[in-house]
Amino acid sequence: MNIHDQWLADCGERIRQAAAQQRKLSIRGGGSKHFYGNAVAADMLEMAEYDGVVDYQPRELTLTARAGTRLEVIEALLAKNNQMLPFEPPHFGTGATLGGCVASGLSGPRRPHAGAVRDAVLGVKVMDGRAQVLRFGGQVIKNVAGYDVSRLMVGAMGTLGVLLEISVKVLPCPDGECTLILEMPADKAVETMNRWAASPLPLSATVWRAGHLYVRLSGTESAVHAAMPKIGGERIPEDAAFWRSLREQTMPDLAMRPLWRLSVPTTSKVLTAPGQPVIEWGGGIRWYGTDMPADTLRALANQAGGHATLFRSHQPVQQAFTPLAAPLATLHRRIRLALDPHGVFDTGRL
Amino acid sequence: MSALPADFLENLRRLLPPDGLLTAAEDLAPYECDALSAYRRRPPAVALPRTEEEISAVLHLCRLHDVPVVARGHGTGLSGGALPIEHALLLSLARLNRILSIDPLARTARVQPGVRNLAISQAAAPHGLYYAPDPSSQIACSIGGNVAENSGGLHCLKYGLTVHNILEVRAITIEGDILTLGSQAYDAPGYDLLALMTGSEGMLAVIVEITVRLLPKPERAQVLLAAFDSIANAGVAVGQIIAAGIIPAGLEMMDKLAIQAAEDYVHAGYPVGAEALLLVEVDGVNEEVSDGLRIVYEMVKACGATEVRTALDDMERAKLWAGRKAAFPAIGRISPDYYCMDGTIPRGRLPEVLVRIAELSEEYGLRVANVFHAGDGNLHPLILYDANQPGELEKTEAMGGKILETCIAVGGTITGEHGVGVEKLGQMCVQFNSAELEVFHALKAAFDPPGLLNPGKAVPSLHRCAELGAMHVHHGQLPHPELPRF
Repeated sequence: MNIHDQWLADCGERIRQAAAQQRKLSIRGGGSKHFYGNAVAADMLEMAEYDGVVDYQPRELTLTARAGTRLEVIEALLAKNNQMLPFEPPHFGTGATLGGCVASGLSGPRRPHAGAVRDAVLGVKVMDGRAQVLRFGGQVIKNVAGYDVSRLMVGAMGTLGVLLEISVKVLPCPDGECTLILEMPADKAVETMNRWAASPLPLSATVWRAGHLYVRLSGTESAVHAAMPKIGGERIPEDAAFWRSLREQTMPDLAMRPLWRLSVPTTSKVLTAPGQPVIEWGGGIRWYGTDMPADTLRALANQAGGHATLFRSHQPVQQAFTPLAAPLATLHRRIRLALDPHGVFDTGRL
Repeated sequence: MSALPADFLENLRRLLPPDGLLTAAEDLAPYECDALSAYRRRPPAVALPRTEEEISAVLHLCRLHDVPVVARGHGTGLSGGALPIEHALLLSLARLNRILSIDPLARTARVQPGVRNLAISQAAAPHGLYYAPDPSSQIACSIGGNVAENSGGLHCLKYGLTVHNILEVRAITIEGDILTLGSQAYDAPGYDLLALMTGSEGMLAVIVEITVRLLPKPERAQVLLAAFDSIANAGVAVGQIIAAGIIPAGLEMMDKLAIQAAEDYVHAGYPVGAEALLLVEVDGVNEEVSDGLRIVYEMVKACGATEVRTALDDMERAKLWAGRKAAFPAIGRISPDYYCMDGTIPRGRLPEVLVRIAELSEEYGLRVANVFHAGDGNLHPLILYDANQPGELEKTEAMGGKILETCIAVGGTITGEHGVGVEKLGQMCVQFNSAELEVFHALKAAFDPPGLLNPGKAVPSLHRCAELGAMHVHHGQLPHPELPRF
């Protein structure tokens, strides 16, 4: 038995034991997103050893890797072939794994233009709460056989089973990229971001912070050059570092705790009551470092047609996500039971 | 005598406007099948509600009387998903056909399920926007049906399927709950039930409203035609184009029989006599398209293209696409009947799969025309047959089943965009093992505990799989060891 089969057998045993003893398992990749979601008290199921790229076909634009594979490893391999993960995932630490990335469902600055993690996931192999190994989806872009359980796993925070292997769609890296900066107030920036997004420009990221709108253009060199005058503003140097500091939240604007993530329709008007936001995703995400009560923020997000997440805090988080309405909450419980009848993964993290 | 209880029908009649319930044989006939017309069954009654409230009331009544419900859009589905079920009410959503709002700045449209796919793009056009998924039936198919089937189209590699292009769905469960799945924002709290609902073939809930994402129309789109004297060369060219870093908006392949039939039908100017043809559409900003076309030109030439042409204007571009979009009816002209398959394969395995299809064609004595969404690996072999010849449909289905099993064997799937419906239930037993099928059944039960929504479609029962004897060996184990065999 090779080390991966041995690991699988052990994992199955852990799940059966946990079910028998009515204990819960919290799944951990690199621990880089430990802060995200509700604080949980459960035994740890470590994924780091279940790693390695299983298949990578640059011409098929697909990659399959075990969940414990570090994102760094995958991104380095893709870069050798001038390809990338379309959703530009935040790592939040050197140990970040593909499994953690998919389980948290967090995407980076390119999301509005190239899709989210869930959009790129093509198939998964999982171990469910009965310790059964199941496969859903596949390695092809178009596949409508059976319900889309692969995407159901994305963002489920490990509460529906253990992601073992994940197949994702990858994309070629753009030849050219540049970032322009324009000075403007937040409400004007939101309107501008939406207007640009409604016109055929090669946008790949936008953010407003501290009185300035930053726009990244990606595509062929010629396309980027042609688009620059339509945007205006000044070109910034070191633009890769800038977007990395936004994605990884290392920029000072995002250092405040608690840090709230408001996900709202892109055209929503800018709320200033909670403070000055950082506005990402063409207006779709508003980050606030604020002490405003959770209920108030959730009500504000709800009024705008969105939801609020307590993303980071100094204290252990009890209620990170917006509570679900009654029929949806019931449905969630039933779906969890369908995959995990003994509640082994029902840690309450989501 | 209707197959539905008299008191149920009486109550139903009271819930709906006078023209909202069909029970006369001549009125029911059009609802006997969807576009997979080989399967037919007359529904006992058809409800035609106009509002969400009427749908709620109908579902409530069905729940009370334990009457199953088959939801139907415009009946263009290709897998029998909307095939009537005995003793089940057919619920047509065709009359919910209003575009409720378009927000040009936010690039969204809120629509009712009976709105036609193309009508959305037409309504968005004045704003320079469009709805990307474009199944070949887009002039007729409904957006609700598109969500139920997770429909694709010609531009999936770059722009995705339905699941990538919708934001929010409102649906009513058989228990009467109104669910909002997804949101008007980029994400929603909880599990991604929007993805689960998309492609669920009317099994989980009845969709009553959809918010779709609109995209800006590209500044320029240009299509290049390349002819090859071998399918293998065309296949290599597809790989080379992708390897060069080009993501074409459309990348289609047709084989000799499909080329000829399409040319005879719409006179698109296709090179008759070529073994394979590629249509490559590149879109984006002007400069990007010029660069992309140059690279595509070099690639197809290097792969031995015998003829390369670029459409000079939009009219010529439309003409080139017209041939491809009319491929199915074109085949319909040269054969009394045809059976359309829908497997997806990794692109690189195309040559060997086509060889296998040719072998099967020989073995079964049935001609096959191949139309291939080469960009996303979705293969549509069209098996030509004559339903009036006794036994020929059965032979065709058997051959189709073999083709789908070939798709699974090379790492693909039995359906890329047409859905399972009633048509591919047997192949589902090959693609999934019993534990996986049980998860599907459990998920259906989570949404639909009494099992009244489109029962028996999309996911086969374990007994059916055992009886079919599809020997799916999964992880070295025989399927369904727990079930008796006959």
